[in-house]
Amino acid sequence: MTYLTKLSAAALSELLVSKQVSAVEATRAHLDHITAVDTDLHAFLHVAGDAALDAAAKIDARRAAGEVLNSLAGVPIAIKDVLATQDMPTTAGSKILEGWVPPYDATVVAHLRAAGLILLGKTNMDEFAMGSSTEHSAYGVTRNPWDRDRIPGGSGGGSAAAVASFQAPLALGSDTGGSIRQPAAVTGSVGVKPTYGGVSRYGAIALASSLDQVGPVSRTVYDAALLHDVIGGHDPLDSTSLTDSWPSMAAAAQAGLTDGALKGVRVGVIKELAGDGFQAGVTQRFTETLALLVAAGAEITEVSAPNFEYAVAAYYLILPAEASSNLARFDSVRFGIRVNPASGSLTSEHVMSATREAGFGDEVKRRIILGTYALSAGYYDAYYGSAQKVRTLIQRDFAAAFSQVDVLVSPSAPTTAFKFGEKLADPMAMYINDVTTIPANLAGVPGMSIPIGLAPEDGLPVGLQIMAPAKADARLYTVGAAIEQLLEARWGHTMLSQAPALTPTEMFASKEGAV
Amino acid sequence: MSEITAEQVAHLAYLARIDLSPLEITSLTRDLGQIVDSIAKVSEVATADTPATSHPMPLTNVFRDDVVVPSLTVEQALSGAPDRAGDKFRVPAILDEE
Repeated sequence: MTYLTKLSAAALSELLVSKQVSAVEATRAHLDHITAVDTDLHAFLHVAGDAALDAAAKIDARRAAGEVLNSLAGVPIAIKDVLATQDMPTTAGSKILEGWVPPYDATVVAHLRAAGLILLGKTNMDEFAMGSSTEHSAYGVTRNPWDRDRIPGGSGGGSAAAVASFQAPLALGSDTGGSIRQPAAVTGSVGVKPTYGGVSRYGAIALASSLDQVGPVSRTVYDAALLHDVIGGHDPLDSTSLTDSWPSMAAAAQAGLTDGALKGVRVGVIKELAGDGFQAGVTQRFTETLALLVAAGAEITEVSAPNFEYAVAAYYLILPAEASSNLARFDSVRFGIRVNPASGSLTSEHVMSATREAGFGDEVKRRIILGTYALSAGYYDAYYGSAQKVRTLIQRDFAAAFSQVDVLVSPSAPTTAFKFGEKLADPMAMYINDVTTIPANLAGVPGMSIPIGLAPEDGLPVGLQIMAPAKADARLYTVGAAIEQLLEARWGHTMLSQAPALTPTEMFASKEGAV
Repeated sequence: MSEITAEQVAHLAYLARIDLSPLEITSLTRDLGQIVDSIAKVSEVATADTPATSHPMPLTNVFRDDVVVPSLTVEQALSGAPDRAGDKFRVPAILDEE
């Protein structure tokens, strides 16, 4: 049954709907594959094997009884550990929440259950989503399926690696400055950050509330669209949730597969997100993709976004400021661990300080202290106040660009996957990875990453970022699906079919080698 | 912009309620100095006539009708607490003896 893990969610759904395959068979195939490969990759922090098989059996019974279910009913999915799940531990990759089982489901998780998707487990991430490599997880790194010595991106490295290694056809992620799109780029998978407010964040453990957004992770654009349709829409439990009604993203993706879908589409190339600092193979694949777009009838224009140069700086003031406030809730009273100080009196203040010292990792402490600094009297105007003004300028850059073009494109990340440890010692080197993805979060616009080939110098995946105006998420799916189809036609295969095989034997051999 | 000192980091850690070891204070002082130098460039373009944006979407306050809706039970609310006393969260002393 291993072939079941190779299928897209859409293809698996067809077999489930036509009853050629049962949800139990599909779920068992994925659980078996997790057992075989995840000891090594470590995409999952928790696997809910029995609960998943029970849920799958219920879907099979309902389908057998003739009930008409959502087309994704019975399709397995992995959940980033930042999302509350009432039957699974939810840690956000932090020791401070070790073993915490929330008393409620995040709205997006409730939507998945209602649609009959099978929750396989929770995926690894940088602690509280702070990072671009998943090296900041308190529970150990996740390995990139393309090269075990390299990072799977971050913060959602677990979700991207799970999908790229065929442990799940779908996953949920969260994107504050690129945490869905950058892992997608470096693992050869697909990731979408929806418009701010397009998907509920109720039950998503908050990092930076003016930037965070939950979105789909998958292997194909159409699969991401199917998942977006399940999780999107207004949620009264999230006061930043938009009340708009949304078109079908799946229909938008299908529209991209028709002949001439790219004809006349105005594509803007952002001048500031190219050139110096971009790996040669990334630039090469990006340029080739632009040529492919031209051949398909799209109109390419270079656009300038002069204030994007200040986006990373503004982001690393706004994010820590908001995070320092959001993470104040970890006070050792209502949830999480409690640690008593080694000396001194046992007051609430001392216990809270000892708990946070023991429970938070280095990067979380760094950002809380930075945020506390940026918000302190005397510095507020110079730092936080200025960063908010830069945010206005970046929104104006987007508005000017979208007055000329339909979508904007750039490489999803400046480089392919880097090696473990390469950027850990220098925080700014790590932060600059997100130069391409951060502007979309500051402006609230939707962004998508799709694979566009392997960099010739290292054979690792390169991603294309597509951005659209706020609320025009459907446009991403149309353009993304069209480009994906063109590339696969040219290659003669999908991107992930080229990833090295992960077999238990190979895993054993490499472990022996390490000794 | 001002230079960040170890005393400042220790004070910020107190404000943020995180005990830091002397070693952590040393490394954070160095890291923060570098980070602040890199991000201070925001003031280059943030002119007085540029309005600040706090939020990517123009949203106003959201209200709901003042009616009782289902909420967590006491058991659910206390289920993740590190310590409890009956139906309440048990917390360490608020005031020091001294």
